[in-house]
Amino acid sequence: MRFMMIVIPKGYESAAPDATPSAEAVAKMMEYNKALQKAGVLLGLDGLHPPSTGARISFSNGHVTVTDGPFPEAKEVIGGYWMIQVRSREEAIEWAKRAPMGDNELIEVRQVQEMSDFPEDVQKAAEGFKHPANA
Amino acid sequence: MSDISKTIEAVWKMESTRLIAAIARVTRDIGIAEELAQDALVTSMELWPEEGIPTNPGAWLMTAAKRRAIDWLRRGNMLLQKHEEIARELEWQQQQLGDAMERALDQVIDDDVLRLVFTACHPVVPMEGRIALTLRVIGGLTTPEIARAFLVPEKTMGQRIFRAKKTLTKANVAFETPSGEELQRRMQSVLSVVYLIFNEGYTATSGEEWMRAALTDEALRLGRILVQLLPEESEVHALLSLMELQSSRNAARRGKNGEAVLLPDQDRSRWDHAQIQRGITALEHAQQLNGGARFYALQAAIAACHARARTAEETDWGRIVLLYDVLLQVNPSAIVALNRAVAVGMANGPAAGLEALDAIEDATLRNYHLFPSVRGDLLMKMGRLTEAQHEIQRAITMTDNLREKDLLTERLAKMQQTAPI
Repeated sequence: MRFMMIVIPKGYESAAPDATPSAEAVAKMMEYNKALQKAGVLLGLDGLHPPSTGARISFSNGHVTVTDGPFPEAKEVIGGYWMIQVRSREEAIEWAKRAPMGDNELIEVRQVQEMSDFPEDVQKAAEGFKHPANA
Repeated sequence: MSDISKTIEAVWKMESTRLIAAIARVTRDIGIAEELAQDALVTSMELWPEEGIPTNPGAWLMTAAKRRAIDWLRRGNMLLQKHEEIARELEWQQQQLGDAMERALDQVIDDDVLRLVFTACHPVVPMEGRIALTLRVIGGLTTPEIARAFLVPEKTMGQRIFRAKKTLTKANVAFETPSGEELQRRMQSVLSVVYLIFNEGYTATSGEEWMRAALTDEALRLGRILVQLLPEESEVHALLSLMELQSSRNAARRGKNGEAVLLPDQDRSRWDHAQIQRGITALEHAQQLNGGARFYALQAAIAACHARARTAEETDWGRIVLLYDVLLQVNPSAIVALNRAVAVGMANGPAAGLEALDAIEDATLRNYHLFPSVRGDLLMKMGRLTEAQHEIQRAITMTDNLREKDLLTERLAKMQQTAPI
């Protein structure tokens, strides 16, 4: 089973565009990533630049609006993620518990949908998608 | 199952390998180490539902196991003569054991896990025992889980694991990591065990679907762990590559009615492309370590040729033939020669493929159902339909595998529509 561990770091919603984590924080994170690797569960990970560098595209009544970051009204923003392969939801949660997070920070654990999870008509609709990696 | 027991089970699966490995370094015996670890688990299952999961479950289990290991050591020495020297040595051993445990608590010792892997896969144990023991002490699977995966009764699997441990004890197998030539030799066993576990799950046609899928996942996990433990060994990277690339096609291998879909007919948009990328990266590691012409690396390279092809028609069959040429030198088996003939047929036309096929000297191949199946396929492409149908009919009688029979029967039916005999 694949799970995404989504990091919701406190304060990231107001981080400057050039914000970088401290060397200490990075070291702790590297240790954790190494532990995930050694356990054979890590599939991938990425950190995201702060919302102040990003853009939001909102949809309403056929109208599309683009707003540049930062987004003052956003209480929770995504900082990054790990993709892991484990044997149960409980195992994913246990790994999340061990992540080196600061106070009031949050990790949301969500299972990745596999195509076989979907009913047949949805699978049919998704058929034939030419993945960019093969283009 | 209550929530907390699922969590305890998850913690066990995460911690058991390192726990057993650390204890085994002191007890020098996998069987005893596993028992002591199991005892600690049983205690956790009693206490944690009431006291809550500890902040550091690994350390908690290690402390519990340490107490039991000291008891075991003490009991063992009680059987010796009650000499003052022995008594002093007992204290020293307890101290040594305590220190070793403390150190194991503070730092995870990778060497111990590597030792555990090599010991569990020792050639003195029959292969099925190696597989069962590996899944048990490295995979952290329970005996019932392993039994279900291999479709044997639980009791049978329990005995298999028990006998494996006994064999190791009787043969006085040292709990250590081999080196030099011995390392290469023993590593072949480790890689075989992992790939056999993978194939058990990958090629399964019966049994609980999810348990079989769990086997391929477990093999992949073992492969990734091995890469961390033996990063300088090219074949370790190559095996992981092969497994990632093969399992990347999983979602496309079954049709709507659960029927098997072969590689040329698969919907490639259903391949897992992130997994393909991981597989290709692992293969590149193997090649950077100068292992590109070794057994698993060549097979992975062939799988990579398929993975890179956007459609079946775009497959670089010429390159695949070249890879098979080298693979034949490394592993001169009839099966490899057969697969090469198929590739030759795709690269240079069916006549060339038939020539390559008929040139294979190994007589045992004639009794393998894939031989007439491949032959029939090539003859059909050459328009020699009567001969082709005879070959396919022969293939159908030679295989017991129901899925294979269905595929061949369907192929025969299609041929008979155009040229009935």
